[in-house]
Amino acid sequence: MTHSTWIYIIIMILTTNIIRIIPLTLIRGQIKNRFFQSFLYYVPYVTLAVMTFPAIMEATNSPVAGAVALIIGIAAAWMGLGLFPVSVICCVVVFILELFI
Amino acid sequence: MKNIENKAAYKKGLRDGFPIAMGYFAVAFSLGFMAKKCTLTPLQGFIGSFFTRASAGEYGVYSLVVQDAGYLSVVAMSLITNLRYLLMSTALTQKFSSHTSLFKRLLVGCCVTDEIFGISIAYPGPLNPCYTFGAFSISTPMWALGTMTGIIAGSVLPARAVSALSVALYGMFIAIIVPPSKKDKAIGIAVAAGFVLSYLARSLSVIKQFNISSGTITIILTIVISAAAAIIKPVLINEDEMDS
Repeated sequence: MTHSTWIYIIIMILTTNIIRIIPLTLIRGQIKNRFFQSFLYYVPYVTLAVMTFPAIMEATNSPVAGAVALIIGIAAAWMGLGLFPVSVICCVVVFILELFI
Repeated sequence: MKNIENKAAYKKGLRDGFPIAMGYFAVAFSLGFMAKKCTLTPLQGFIGSFFTRASAGEYGVYSLVVQDAGYLSVVAMSLITNLRYLLMSTALTQKFSSHTSLFKRLLVGCCVTDEIFGISIAYPGPLNPCYTFGAFSISTPMWALGTMTGIIAGSVLPARAVSALSVALYGMFIAIIVPPSKKDKAIGIAVAAGFVLSYLARSLSVIKQFNISSGTITIILTIVISAAAAIIKPVLINEDEMDS
């Protein structure tokens, strides 16, 4: 390792919190640029999607269990369940499936 | 008079923050497993989580730690994974009464997470910063403790339990992306494109030969897909609809 983990963490802390306070110091009105506004609108969901799949299949011992957890998690969230219940359901699915796989 | 109001708002924040804190602990626990795999110590996990409070952002950065990526990519990763906080803080600028000092506004800004933003923006009338501070002061220690406990327990728990708990974080990501995908077809298509392209980018040997890190793939795909979506289907954001 040539880089220090602590420096990674400090950069992460500074960058993340600067993002949080920049609008409160600089932006008074609304963002006018329509492209930038639209871009920001899609970013959070696209990032999470890209980070979830296929990573969820690599996090579990059995890739199949991860894939099934993804599908059932999507179904549960589709039916209106919140963050915590969906998380629990995904864990339970993997735990049960890996008893058999 | 002002003090009593602030105290009441703080207490309300504590109460509303309690379920958030419970959820945070569980999810941070799973983040801790992941952080452990990325060689973080319990103290590093606690400090990192306490001051950052960004599940996706921390996840992304910790994956860079284990890859020994450059420091600039940490900045890029933090920016990209947390760009939504920029939007949320922008929405919050409209939520304060004109008497709220800049110092308090900045402190509220530092408290922003998906959930804290969600309850703060829903506060009736102008936001009393003490409400946000209340929710912050119960949820943040639980987020940090959860991460630390996850890093410690990652080596103690049986492999099968770790495997099951590892998906808690992804479960939370799924719960964040699915409801807006259901409501707005454009988001749904962008999310589906994210799934497909992410899978292809990480499995096609044509791309693998360039040896691009997983974190860099995340950043590139996010920018490309979001920009494409913004061009194909531009939106005008109504701030009232900007929920967590």
